[in-house]
Amino acid sequence: MTTHELSSKKEVMRRIRRSRSPKKVFKTVLHYLFLTFVTAIFFAPIAYMLIGSLKPTAEVLDGINGFALKDLSFANYLQVFSTFNDDSMGFLWRFYSNSVIVSFVIVFGGLIVNSMIAYALARLRWRGRNAIQVIIVLLVILPFEAIAIPLFYLLRDYRNTYFVQFLPFIASAFSIYLFYTFFIGLPLEIQESARLDGASPWRVFRAIIVPMSKPVFASVTILSFLSAWSSFLFPLMMVDDPLYVPLPLEIQVYFTQPPTDWGPIFAFGVILVLPVLAVFLLFQRWFIQSVAASAIKG
Amino acid sequence: MGKTKRIKFGQDNLAGILMSLPGLILLVLFVVVPFFTAIVLSFYNVDFSMVDGPKFWGFEQYRRILVDPVTSPIFYKALMNNFTFALIVVPVQTGLAVLLAVMLNVKLRGIAFFRSFFFLPVVFPMSLVAIIWALMFSRDSLGMLNGLLNMLSFGFIQPIDWLGDPKIALLSIALLSVWAGVGFQMVIVLAGLQEIPLELYEAASLDRANWWQRFWNVTIPGLRNTLIFVIIITTIFSLRLFDQIFILTKGGPIDATQTVMYQAVTSAFVEGNVGRASAITVVFVVIIIIITLIQRLVLRQNREVK
Repeated sequence: MTTHELSSKKEVMRRIRRSRSPKKVFKTVLHYLFLTFVTAIFFAPIAYMLIGSLKPTAEVLDGINGFALKDLSFANYLQVFSTFNDDSMGFLWRFYSNSVIVSFVIVFGGLIVNSMIAYALARLRWRGRNAIQVIIVLLVILPFEAIAIPLFYLLRDYRNTYFVQFLPFIASAFSIYLFYTFFIGLPLEIQESARLDGASPWRVFRAIIVPMSKPVFASVTILSFLSAWSSFLFPLMMVDDPLYVPLPLEIQVYFTQPPTDWGPIFAFGVILVLPVLAVFLLFQRWFIQSVAASAIKG
Repeated sequence: MGKTKRIKFGQDNLAGILMSLPGLILLVLFVVVPFFTAIVLSFYNVDFSMVDGPKFWGFEQYRRILVDPVTSPIFYKALMNNFTFALIVVPVQTGLAVLLAVMLNVKLRGIAFFRSFFFLPVVFPMSLVAIIWALMFSRDSLGMLNGLLNMLSFGFIQPIDWLGDPKIALLSIALLSVWAGVGFQMVIVLAGLQEIPLELYEAASLDRANWWQRFWNVTIPGLRNTLIFVIIITTIFSLRLFDQIFILTKGGPIDATQTVMYQAVTSAFVEGNVGRASAITVVFVVIIIIITLIQRLVLRQNREVK
């Protein structure tokens, strides 16, 4: 660790010394230019959506002129607000709250349920623990697609409800696995001495483990939120009543209904993604770290 | 440790079971039971239109999917599409992720800002990504990509029917999938890059290795495990391919973008043929298990090499 720091300090010093030479300055500028170029290409589809959401449909579908910043207005947004404001089309705020409610229950229910079982598997000694560990490791492999069809079959009488949208997703073998690997790595001493002082497992969990585990709680929150908020396949099978349809499904419905009105569709897209984008920009360090952490542990 | 009273096995029975119970019940009800239901249903002829309930069919569903000369080609077509898609997406996306990560793994002011741009599509639901690209892929000369190609080639490249041409449709789907997924992989590779000891680079520099030599002899070997992980998750992701297909091509044109999941879902959802859908699901899981086992073997070999 210290050699690491030392060498990185050396590296930094060397960079500072080097950066004074004109050749280095030129290289840095070149790197920035290259970065900007690649980023611009990569960002183009999103820029296209943002700009398109502010333009009349005829000017969105116009080759590369789709990027031209002219005739901008919020007309498309107003149209989305007025379109989704009756019983036949559904209400925009309702799609929104559907997504929020379902994602909220999945994330928070999941944090509680998955962290508890992970703690029991990582730190408590009880009969059946080993068997359950094996089962969970096996379940991590199983993608949701593998059970979507039978789940649809078993729950077909409960279509168009909230609970059918969140209940199957609260417990997650992957979240349990992330919690488990984190808890296993926590120092044992405090936990053991608390236990020997007579603290119950539950108290140790609440008072020692949870406060020490903020990073893994943040990671699981972000990862499960991303998958819950983007959920498409299951709502597609289980929900068609506008009262319960979540946003990612509704934009597909809107897109499929003729006439395909691109301006408002893009406006809908921006409305859909804006809050997640805001949360992402606020916590991007956490987002990126949690994805990296999930990979290193997985 | 030996001197202090150790907590004996079995001492936490009650607490352990109580704390596991909510998660266990949910996992059993919504993962284990459905999975075994799929296995059972795959041996039946189950149809929503049937009045007299499921009929036992033995291996008939599997015969139809895997052997029957009339009904099996479509399944193999879908499976081939999944693998073709994987063969395109896995190397392209992984390679691009490594290049981006190396490009972004520098100490420059504002580099985090650039990184977050590439991560952005990860927070976009796939349904929205597909819809944005639906417009990029518009087939006439007014389409964004066609307009761009036309301009860059000074009018030489004629408008391409991105999603309507059977030869191109799967490639187009691959293109948008790479765009949507590469940021996720880039972040993983970045984390992997930061695990490589700087000393190795310094030693390579002392040996007068150029950038390219350092990349091949230090970076790539250092990323070995990260890359294996990334390749496996992308392969499995390729097998799960559904949302983009459903929104953009519905398996067409002439089955050029049929996928295993798309067939499973349409069998159950459109045709009401739950038996067939379940059998496809079981085959799907078997393939996933095989790929995972191969991954385990490769990783184990890797450790032995080290």
